[in-house]
Amino acid sequence: MAYSDKVIDHYENPRNVGSFDKSDEHIGTGMVGAPACGDVMKLQIRVNAQGVIEDARFKTYGCGSAIASSSLVTEWVKGKTLDQAETIKNTQIAEELALPPVKIHCSILAEDAIKAAITDYRKKHGLEAEKQAKAA
Amino acid sequence: MKLPIYLDYSATTPVDPRVAQKMIPFLTEHFGNPASRSHAFGWEAEQAVEEARGHVAALLNADPKEIIWTSGATEGNNLAIKGAAHFYKGKGKHIVTMKTEHKAVLDTVRELERQGFEATYLDPQPDGLLDLEEFKAALRPDTVLVSVMMVNNETGVIQPIAEIGEICRAKGIIFHCDAVQAAGKIPVDLQKLKVDLLTVTAHKVYGPKGIGALYVRRKPRVRIEAQIHGGGHERGLRSGTLATHQIVGMGEAFRIAKLEIGAESERIRALRDRLLNGLKDMEEVYVNGDLERRIPGNLNVSFNFVEGESLIMAIKDVAVSSGSACTSASLEPSYVLRALGRSDELAHSSIRFTIGRFTTEEEIDYAVKLLRAKIGKLRELSPLWEMYKEGVDLNSVQWAAH
Repeated sequence: MAYSDKVIDHYENPRNVGSFDKSDEHIGTGMVGAPACGDVMKLQIRVNAQGVIEDARFKTYGCGSAIASSSLVTEWVKGKTLDQAETIKNTQIAEELALPPVKIHCSILAEDAIKAAITDYRKKHGLEAEKQAKAA
Repeated sequence: MKLPIYLDYSATTPVDPRVAQKMIPFLTEHFGNPASRSHAFGWEAEQAVEEARGHVAALLNADPKEIIWTSGATEGNNLAIKGAAHFYKGKGKHIVTMKTEHKAVLDTVRELERQGFEATYLDPQPDGLLDLEEFKAALRPDTVLVSVMMVNNETGVIQPIAEIGEICRAKGIIFHCDAVQAAGKIPVDLQKLKVDLLTVTAHKVYGPKGIGALYVRRKPRVRIEAQIHGGGHERGLRSGTLATHQIVGMGEAFRIAKLEIGAESERIRALRDRLLNGLKDMEEVYVNGDLERRIPGNLNVSFNFVEGESLIMAIKDVAVSSGSACTSASLEPSYVLRALGRSDELAHSSIRFTIGRFTTEEEIDYAVKLLRAKIGKLRELSPLWEMYKEGVDLNSVQWAAH
């Protein structure tokens, strides 16, 4: 399968590889996918007092497109508020990386990873309950 | 050393330059139709075809009259399986095969199921080999056909063909064997093996693509129904004008294979062992399938916690294939490795290296160095490796399957 230049670039020079301390209160961690399916993504965000994502890290087990998708979103979430980051759609990721149809699930997984990391952070700070209360 | 390095000889082989040289005059000069009986153009083409038939028969220790030209392995397997099933359907309609067969066998048997036949697909043992007791138990009074490959294309393991042949012959069951990955790599002696139908192809043995042969036993006589009808070529079993240049190529490739198989096997085995020795001290590396009962040129390994497709991308200077079929646009892991009882994770992490006539030590050393570096890098990137290193039991994690 031929990969786009952007996939190859992210794959060969992945951005923001690594891990933050999961127990740190400023960190939100999202882990999505399953080894049996051939993809697991771990995405971590560090959020400052203003609710802005200051930094992000990832580790991914999966094909080149999965690695590129997660690398890309670590770049995209930086500097965004949680609410802004939450609006990132898999279609934007797929478009940016020119993913073929068979690899769209990689971009879906990356979107899920952002959402999972945000949810984890909010839970740590009791924000999830607050948000639900507001909605109700 | 030229890059990329080719380590995918089980997918196909380059045509040996000696073979190509032999073929060329049959495209331009000796272009006659071997079925033309009325002039010298036809006669010399026919002579070349029969000479080639002799070379193919010789490698298999068969009679040239037992060799039928086909367009390749897929056609050979179709002709053998459908041909025998259709001819003998009055005796019974049950077929026994294995889950690890090539798709050209599995899909053909599936088609026969649609036509009203019944089929049993046997699991291999964890080493990839057929359990003969389980095999015997699967045979029924109405079993007419057994199809088991000699060498598996993914793992390279060698099935107990002699034993299967004895069992089938004693019960009067037709035995077809797909020997595509065996011919030219291990001895195939049809005077000894009680195989009734056997498929081979040229392009795995340094011959051209698009030409193969089916062995059809004469003593005791085995009958098949033709699947392609026309001018009655190949004694009515496979009509169609013979592709003289392709046939000459296959003949020359098989002639060379017979001469060089001994020395070549030793050389290739040494290279395979060099590759394995270069990798086996790394953590969490698993060889898939039995290592002893295997062709010399195959090494199928899983690098745990590294996904196969990403590894193939990382070692793009080395041409290999992934046991996982991701590259063929399906996201399922290898059905062969799953049948061996490998977990999905290990099946997703597998790579098939196949070594051949033109592989060098330098190429193997380059591949080892590259693999070690890239596996290290991909494991640094792998959350599974991180969890494994932290002592997390991955089976205890609740994964969200997608």
